[in-house]
Amino acid sequence: MEHIVIIGNGISGVTAARHIRKMSDKKITIISAETDFFFSRTALMYVYMGHMKFEHTQPYENWFWDKNRIELKKGYVSNVDHQNNQLLFKSGETLSYDKLIIATGSKPNKFGWPGQDLDGVMGMYHKQDLENLEKYAPNNSVCKRAVIVGGGLIGIELAEMLNSRGIPVTFLVREKSFWDAVLPAGESAMINRHIKNHHIDLRLGMNLKEIISDEHGKVKGVVIQETGEVIDCNVVGLTAGVSPNVDFLKESGIELGRGIKVNRHLETNIPNIYAIGDCAEQHEAIGNRRPIEAVWYTGRMMGETVAQTICGNKIEYKPGHWFNSAKFLDIEYQTYGWVFGKPKEYEEQFHWKHEDDTKCLTVSYHKDTREFLGLNTFGIRMRHEVFDKWLTEKRDVDYVMQHLEEANFDPEFYKTYETTILSTFTSSQLKTA
Amino acid sequence: MSNKLNHSMSLASPDTKGISTKQKIALATGLIGLFILVLALLNTNFPNQGVFLTLSLILISIGTIIYANDAYLTKLEGIKNDGVWFKSISSRGIIGWLTGVVLTAFYIVLYFYPELLGQGTNGEANTGLIGLFDPLSQLLSGRPASQWFVYGTLYTIAIIVFGYKFILKYRHNRYQQLRTVSVMFFQLGFAFLIPEFMYVMNSDLPYYDLKNMWPLNYYNFDQYRIDSFINNETVGLGLLIFGILSIFVISPFLTYKYGKRWYCSWVCGCGGLAETAGDSFRQLSSKKMSAWKLERWLIHTVLVFSVVMTTAVIHTYLGYDPNKYWLTKDLFLLLVAGFLVLVFASVLFFKGKELGKDAKYGAIGFFVVILSLVGMHFTGTTTEVFFLKAGGLRSAYGLYIGSIFSGVIGTGFYPILGNRAWCRFGCPMAAILGFQQRLFSKFRITTNGGQCISCGNCSTYCEMGIDVRSYAQKGENIVRSSCVGCGVCSAVCPRGVLKLENDGLDGRINSTEILLGNDVDLMDFVNKK
Repeated sequence: MEHIVIIGNGISGVTAARHIRKMSDKKITIISAETDFFFSRTALMYVYMGHMKFEHTQPYENWFWDKNRIELKKGYVSNVDHQNNQLLFKSGETLSYDKLIIATGSKPNKFGWPGQDLDGVMGMYHKQDLENLEKYAPNNSVCKRAVIVGGGLIGIELAEMLNSRGIPVTFLVREKSFWDAVLPAGESAMINRHIKNHHIDLRLGMNLKEIISDEHGKVKGVVIQETGEVIDCNVVGLTAGVSPNVDFLKESGIELGRGIKVNRHLETNIPNIYAIGDCAEQHEAIGNRRPIEAVWYTGRMMGETVAQTICGNKIEYKPGHWFNSAKFLDIEYQTYGWVFGKPKEYEEQFHWKHEDDTKCLTVSYHKDTREFLGLNTFGIRMRHEVFDKWLTEKRDVDYVMQHLEEANFDPEFYKTYETTILSTFTSSQLKTA
Repeated sequence: MSNKLNHSMSLASPDTKGISTKQKIALATGLIGLFILVLALLNTNFPNQGVFLTLSLILISIGTIIYANDAYLTKLEGIKNDGVWFKSISSRGIIGWLTGVVLTAFYIVLYFYPELLGQGTNGEANTGLIGLFDPLSQLLSGRPASQWFVYGTLYTIAIIVFGYKFILKYRHNRYQQLRTVSVMFFQLGFAFLIPEFMYVMNSDLPYYDLKNMWPLNYYNFDQYRIDSFINNETVGLGLLIFGILSIFVISPFLTYKYGKRWYCSWVCGCGGLAETAGDSFRQLSSKKMSAWKLERWLIHTVLVFSVVMTTAVIHTYLGYDPNKYWLTKDLFLLLVAGFLVLVFASVLFFKGKELGKDAKYGAIGFFVVILSLVGMHFTGTTTEVFFLKAGGLRSAYGLYIGSIFSGVIGTGFYPILGNRAWCRFGCPMAAILGFQQRLFSKFRITTNGGQCISCGNCSTYCEMGIDVRSYAQKGENIVRSSCVGCGVCSAVCPRGVLKLENDGLDGRINSTEILLGNDVDLMDFVNKK
């Protein structure tokens, strides 16, 4: 029986395993050094905040794996010996495979800051990071202040987490406005204000110079690059993005760039070795997508795709229209299609913001053809299916604005804003015409 | 620095944040109010009962209101679940267990030993706690209080003050607010005030909470009630007809339009208490597959029991007086059997395929009922069925289901089993509405394409123990008979994935294996079985 070995028990690896099981009788082994069972990484924050227990982050009950004959092995793979189709473990063990899927995900970026390896400095990615945070920031008497470095999605989640336990947070963001490489100016500015409304000390345009240690090798404070200001703190969160977790493959002969280089079939340069999820890097970017996509659902889709290929139905990874979502403290964000933080030369954007400063929306369309290109929405839920359809049908922006109501996904009885949005849009069009 | 070593084990229970000074004062206020009730229970003779009762109820209400204001109005609008699993009361900690024990004890006394609460027997005056409520009862209906009046009053106050708290907690969510106002209204008006006024207008009528329907009020067709309905001519007959219409016409129609939520989380009193006072315990329901299996057997067994019991009770008294009841025993049994055959046959015909294995279990329940009916025909006398006293069957149901299951376990165990244990495992009404919801309702919870990140907030906060995430992460709509449509899964979802809605019947159940987001070809491949 063919033995499929998957390194990594995240969403990508587990999805691949589930689909291979659905389609075949192959022997499947999933290896992880992080946890015994698959859990939802995106939910770690809720464990610290007390919304859930860790067991709630596990989408399948523990009997699921036995029942579906998916073997789970805890261990850290230190190298891949592809000549002998063998994995070498840190413990000295070995494991043979017929086909190997690498789904090792990401690790937090560290940019060589002085003091970045002190006690009390951590990312927020692995379960071990959560345990660390629990150790160094259990409450606001042990942790009098925390400093977060890096204004992305993980940074703001970490800020929300610490805030939930009443720990004062200083949030250093390199950019002039929160996440402005991705969000258009109006949206980014609204989120800045929302962060401050939560009493988080947001410092825009500030970089970390160094982290200062106390006499026990523990964090005592940080120094800000721009001002030289010293901020006393007990915890430093490094959340300046993530990069593929592939260091263990450096000697393996598998072609690496920033991640593991794969073609559209998710094959590496070595036969029978595949890479999926955050650790995979496409030779060429697909559409406007990045070559490395560290997103939950792309990991899942790559898992589905590679399972097809391994079970004899070789197909390409073809992600559909871009979409994503996040939540910034109390404000939900969804995006469908492409809306760029710095508009492209062909792109025109229409921005609407509600006076309560917690809801806004940006619609992007082609300047000349008026084709609808994408939408960002804050505080208003939209229907994925409808936008997927409109993008496929290449609807123009006027159609989309007139039919926006069909896409609304807010709970029943919610106040709707489509009429206001449409009239604002119409008058903005008159002005520009 | 705290002297407690707070290492990784603290993942499950780190330090809780504590409460503010204002909340401490609020707690003290409420507890003083509660203490007056305890003193009354211990037979303290209050000089002016009316004043002390008012004082007690006002202190309890004010305490809760101030507490809620400080908990929610001091923060921005949004989801307020911080620390739920760190607090003793909401995570089966010491306070949770103690609360469970006290509530359970209260229910046992309430149902089985009302004299301990001060219920006067043999025409004696009430004393103790029940005596304290006499002035209010006299005011409303001109008669002394009973244990049920005390219970009803406290129940109504709980729904109103905790409903207020719930509205503040979800002040960004109009669905939650409207639904809560609705249960507050139905409890205060329909369950509490109207029956009292009905008594004032016509004291011969039995207590009738108009929103309660059979089989939730399993006693509705007992002989004493039917007799008094009939004796009261127009009004009584009107009530009787309304009771029957509720079951066969009104509730199926509303469930078809809106799902069973129209009743379970907008109208029902049990649901009302669960959604308001029980809100802090919703995360305690078990999401295990084994719990789901137990649920399905238990709730349908109770349903079969209640159908057989009610039929048996009616069957026995129908023989008494042929002039009074035009319906004869055998005709009645035939009608019941005919109705059940009709329901079962049409379900099999229209939905047999969809139900698969469940149809077999349904058939078992169906044949148990039919066999019981045959048994009744051959063994039934004016007092007995199956050689047992029908009254005995009725008392057994009242004791085990009506009192112990719905009251003692259903509510007493809130802090242990979650706030909907009765609704989920026992309520025969929920079983019937759930059956309708699963088979022919426009209601579903729609999943938003591929946006789910499997975080598990929805499943954690589902009071009915539905593993919502298992559907959402597959992009599948949630159509489950147990769903009461409280809407909290949709509220707590951080990615806007879930929406409760009523729409056409086509495509309501969409068990695809793949989510939106992939290229269309891949979706075709994976969905091919």
